[in-house]
Amino acid sequence: MVMAGILAGCGSGNGGGGSITAYVYGDDEVKVQQAAVAKFNKTSDVKVKLVSVPGTDYVNKLRSAMGSPSAPDVFFNWGGGSIKPYVDAGQLVDLTSTVKSDATLKNGFLPPIMTAGGLGGKVYGVPMRGMQPVILFYNKKLFAENSLQAPRTWEDLQKDVTTFKSRGITPFALGGSDKWPELMWMEYLLDRIGGPGVFKKIQAGDSAGWSDPAVLKAASTVRQLVDSGAFGSNFNSVDYGNGGAPTLLNKGKAAMHLMGSWEYSTQLGKAPEFARKDLAWTTFPTVAGGVGDVNDVVGNPTNYWSVNARTKHKDAAIKFLKAMAAESYAKSLIADGEVPTTSNAASLFSSSPNPKFSKYQYDMVQKAPSFTLSWDQALEPQIATPLLTEVSKLFAGKSTPEQFVSAMKAVK
Amino acid sequence: MSTTPLATKPAQDAKAARPVKRGGGRAAGSNVGRPHVGWALPGLLFFAVFAIAPLALAVYLSFCKWNGLNSPTSAGLANWTRLFKDHDFGQAAWLSLLLTTISWAFQTPVALLLGVWAAGRRRGRALLSAIFFIPLLLSTTAIAMLFHALLDPNFGVIKEIGPWIGVDPNVMGTSTGALLVVAFVGGWQFMPFHTLIYQGGARQIPEVLYQAASLDGAGMLRQFFHVTLPQLRHTVTTSSVLMIVGSLTYFDTVLIMTKGGPGTDTTILPYLMYRTGFQTYDLGYAAAIATALVVVATSLSLVLVRFSGFGTMRSTREGM
Repeated sequence: MVMAGILAGCGSGNGGGGSITAYVYGDDEVKVQQAAVAKFNKTSDVKVKLVSVPGTDYVNKLRSAMGSPSAPDVFFNWGGGSIKPYVDAGQLVDLTSTVKSDATLKNGFLPPIMTAGGLGGKVYGVPMRGMQPVILFYNKKLFAENSLQAPRTWEDLQKDVTTFKSRGITPFALGGSDKWPELMWMEYLLDRIGGPGVFKKIQAGDSAGWSDPAVLKAASTVRQLVDSGAFGSNFNSVDYGNGGAPTLLNKGKAAMHLMGSWEYSTQLGKAPEFARKDLAWTTFPTVAGGVGDVNDVVGNPTNYWSVNARTKHKDAAIKFLKAMAAESYAKSLIADGEVPTTSNAASLFSSSPNPKFSKYQYDMVQKAPSFTLSWDQALEPQIATPLLTEVSKLFAGKSTPEQFVSAMKAVK
Repeated sequence: MSTTPLATKPAQDAKAARPVKRGGGRAAGSNVGRPHVGWALPGLLFFAVFAIAPLALAVYLSFCKWNGLNSPTSAGLANWTRLFKDHDFGQAAWLSLLLTTISWAFQTPVALLLGVWAAGRRRGRALLSAIFFIPLLLSTTAIAMLFHALLDPNFGVIKEIGPWIGVDPNVMGTSTGALLVVAFVGGWQFMPFHTLIYQGGARQIPEVLYQAASLDGAGMLRQFFHVTLPQLRHTVTTSSVLMIVGSLTYFDTVLIMTKGGPGTDTTILPYLMYRTGFQTYDLGYAAAIATALVVVATSLSLVLVRFSGFGTMRSTREGM
């Protein structure tokens, strides 16, 4: 680990008079942050050094670096459970009073987004990327050809499943080999069945929350879906990362795909024709007997910049964070196909690659009574990792809904 | 590599017991002309810094509770008692042993036969051996990604070829299938290496033995079983030890191809260690798993070396 710490520190060159290091998740969207840093550095004495860490290594590298003397001053995160270990270790700057006393930060972002990134009512991060609600995407053409409607209720969904199956089309694409796409089904089902309160209880650290009847019902519903062939027969060896599931959707082999809003840009990259003509989207349907609001949303509200408590340049770091509320920054997010979480974002959509989709997402998040952070980010790693394993076992038929519940109750 | 200390270990006792004629006609048991222990120092130092020290650190960590931040705190025997009760660990250990057995049973006969065949001295064979050697030159990650793409149930080659050869295209989505795929991909990559070892071993067998055997009327099969195989027994041990230790530490293939799934059906020990250490951030417990893995791998190779008589290092060319 000492070695890992040293390696992680390579190239970050912290301290050194006038610079702060910022770790960011290195994917296609990083160019927005690169531009923002370049702009910030033009006017600031303290320069920001952006370290873009390839996506799959990000969490590990951050963890190693934060345990070492060469930790970043500012770093990208998902809020919630993803920062809890750092908060517990006293490594993050509490930004609550900073945000309260600063008009730009206080009014700059949608309030539920700001709250979702914090912990225990305190603010530890400032939003810095687009919103990522989980949306039910579907192939418009397939629905028209089979004279079907996008599902609004669970009965609709079951009818769609039966019809598509009889036509030899997989109803839902699912990247089961990656595990986290399966989790999205649990998240929405639990919300629609039991409302957002059930998971809030679990998130607050009460493992008895798993014994709520809604959890068992959600898990049983998953089993029914799998058994009815809603995901086809080979979803266990399909992935999202390498494009398996998105290709099923754009090739017309699957009719629907429950995925984060980034599915739109994924499709735009892989099959632009399909993305423009046949890709449609809708809300996750209601479940009969469920108490959850159909407007509730799950997913990642956004990503956040947090500040390391050990930084030598706290003021500069906060100044950098304030730049995230600037209209020019929101504009560059939009140009990149993202939907910023700033309060004034709606007025900027005309320059988006797909204003209709941007507006749909924005409205969806803005009017959502509750926005549940993706469970694997909301919970601490020692719960999130077994959770992903247990969900995968449930989908693969290696455990029953009852076994799922008791396994999760036992996780400490 | 782990064979180095084994292969170069001077077998003092065996030589002391029976005089062995060697190239220079040296006196039995004498150390004349052997390198001084000082020659081993750089190697020993390197080994100490990069193998022993991290190992000691891991053992130390296995008695701690550590999430990777702040400092480790003592956990006493908690990680170890947990290890013996942990269902996941038991399953992972079982899967590791299963994978190792499958890999060994699959790779050894193929590598042995190929190696013996390639030891022949025709030009075509050398060329084929060179081609056959290529998989070993590729990185495990590249190989795993390649096979992952080939085995995609919807868009991979398996979709077209699978039904013809009676293989379910969903092979990676089933428990048995996924484990066999991991064993196969590992075998595909490392078999050339073992073939090379056997090729080297087979080339060392004196021609005169075969001449004698054929004078006695032994056919190809009998020559193989009564000359080649006995002469290769130490090569089999070397190769098997490498194979077993290698399969016990399989990791990249699982990480890229199956992520331990479906469910936990390919979660072998090294992957469980990774999941515990670098996804759950329970580094103390992960260190306990790692230490257990070292103990198992070391014991297995020691047992193998002991029962095969490899430790005494008698020359297969004795009596020549």
